[in-house]
Amino acid sequence: MNTGAGATESRLSRIHQLWRNGPFSDAESALRASLGILLALAIFAVFLAATGTDPLEAVSKGWDGVLGSPLGLSEVGVTMIPLLLTALATAVPTRVGLVNVGGEGQLFVGALTATGVALFFPVGQIWLMLPVMALAGCAGGGAWAAIAALLRRWRSVNEVISTLLANYLAILLIDIFVFGPWKNPEGLGYPYTTPFDLAAVFPTIAGSRFHWGFLAPVIALVITYVILNHTIWGFKMRAVGGNPEAARRRGIAVDRYAIAAMVAGGALAGLAGMVEVSGIHHDLRPGISNNLGYLGLLASWLAGHNPVPIVAACFLIAVFLEAGDVLQLTVGLPSAAGLVLIGLALFFVLGMRRVERQAL
Amino acid sequence: MSTLWLVISGTLTGAVGPGISVLYAVYGELITERAGRINLGMEGCMLMGACFGFVATAETGSAAVGILAGMAAGALAASIHAGLVIYRDTNQLATGLALTLFAGGVTAYVGRSYVDDIIHGLNPIAIPGLAGIPVLGEALFRQDILAYIAYGIGPLLWFVLQHTRWGLSLRAVGESAAVAFAAGRNPAVLQLVAIVLGGALAGVGGAQLSVGLTHTWSEGMTAGRGFIAVALVIFGLWSPLRGMAGALLFGGAVGLQLQLQALGAPVSPFLLDMIPYLLTLGVLAVWTGAADRAMPEGLKTILRT
Repeated sequence: MNTGAGATESRLSRIHQLWRNGPFSDAESALRASLGILLALAIFAVFLAATGTDPLEAVSKGWDGVLGSPLGLSEVGVTMIPLLLTALATAVPTRVGLVNVGGEGQLFVGALTATGVALFFPVGQIWLMLPVMALAGCAGGGAWAAIAALLRRWRSVNEVISTLLANYLAILLIDIFVFGPWKNPEGLGYPYTTPFDLAAVFPTIAGSRFHWGFLAPVIALVITYVILNHTIWGFKMRAVGGNPEAARRRGIAVDRYAIAAMVAGGALAGLAGMVEVSGIHHDLRPGISNNLGYLGLLASWLAGHNPVPIVAACFLIAVFLEAGDVLQLTVGLPSAAGLVLIGLALFFVLGMRRVERQAL
Repeated sequence: MSTLWLVISGTLTGAVGPGISVLYAVYGELITERAGRINLGMEGCMLMGACFGFVATAETGSAAVGILAGMAAGALAASIHAGLVIYRDTNQLATGLALTLFAGGVTAYVGRSYVDDIIHGLNPIAIPGLAGIPVLGEALFRQDILAYIAYGIGPLLWFVLQHTRWGLSLRAVGESAAVAFAAGRNPAVLQLVAIVLGGALAGVGGAQLSVGLTHTWSEGMTAGRGFIAVALVIFGLWSPLRGMAGALLFGGAVGLQLQLQALGAPVSPFLLDMIPYLLTLGVLAVWTGAADRAMPEGLKTILRT
């Protein structure tokens, strides 16, 4: 990766740099990415026809239900809220050369700790309650990621493997609570906690499900962007990611930066968990994530781990996810259709990217 | 007989069954990684194998056809990964995870009408004489046919990797594609074969889970076994025989969990479900000191520690 920094760069090239590595970084890349998406849609249409659904009807219903209606657009926004956070949860550790595949688990643990605050420490009014819950979510997700960071530091366990395994542990951890001590006694046996008080719930906007939790990814994006690109921390993180040995010799506390970046990533995913329980479910239950952690990772990758194109990548994935839900309601497809479509789109967008042939 | 003995013998006899599906995936990932590639889509390949193996068995009534279908589904899924990472130079971790998500979607889609089906899958075959050995005989020699094949693949794979020309080429590519290329090998083709073969083995593992072990299909039933296989390959220091030990260890953790559940241990069943994942993480934490030295050079850029 090119890490060249320079004070004399023109504005234009700075903007270009933001999109560097992204699928839409220049006209040719944008064309290739769009072509990839079209190809994915074509294959998906064949898949639909093969399984007995009229693809044309699906496309028109999908368009009407997702991009062609205010409700659909608001639902895309609802999905983007946690997705942007889990994408940043991958983007930040990537700067120091760490791969966080644990967004899924960190999201769950963040949801757990935020729920703990909502249920057992009602600190008061909504303006105090929501920030405290958000902090609790960050702490939970950060602590979960710290396990992987410390296992790597002390025991040389690769973080890809440890964060993946930790995802399954986190899901079971939630189950312990929602099937056990936190189960709502009046919940007819469902594994849900007691619903949150109104003070612990993000208000919705204009009668849709889009809620004020959108501020969380907006603030996170701005802070992440500034830290990564305009502070000495961000510069040192890139140094650590680029060549840890050189960074160490320059006196950068490499381990501290690596652990901090991983914990920050976990905190961002944990915040996604808080936003989901507080903005959407209003209680804690199993399966709240639905692959948001993994999809965030892929969005970040698609965007070259840069905060600005991440928004575009998350939008794309949210649209496809929402299309899956709409097709479930309108033409009776299983909602898994959304994942099939996203998988195809990723294969084609990744596969259509320009490859600079290196000499062997 | 004391409860402790019940738990121990039950764990031992129950260790092999759940370990077999993971063992196939361990073999598959091992071949892939020995060629210098990593496939996190192993989880997806297993899921494809489990789903299409089950569907084919349900449709044809033949478990053999089911296993072959599972193998083909796993190989096909892996070929997507192979094509993208080898010929389009995409990131291996991201591509593998995308494959796993894609497989999750496809299998949920295809498998949904088969969730309540009951099939006549594989049944345990007792090996006369050997099966009568207390504990050990029951553990090893009262398994389905795929288990016996798996016992054979480990030593065979070891032999092929260490003592054949193809095995040497594969390992050479895994250490340095450039050097292997200079020596007249074709790294791309070798890696392609390794990844697809790996996916086929994972597909058999998935099919063993649905057609052999549980005789059911449910969405996401592999529950991370493909990822556990990736961890166990590291634990096994890229050796098929140590990989067998790793899979057995995982199987033992599942066996222990089931024993404790059956005995009504006074803890949350979800806590017991954590045992296999905790054990896998635990053995990695204890063992990875040696992993750095044993790791194929070609993997070091992607799995650096």
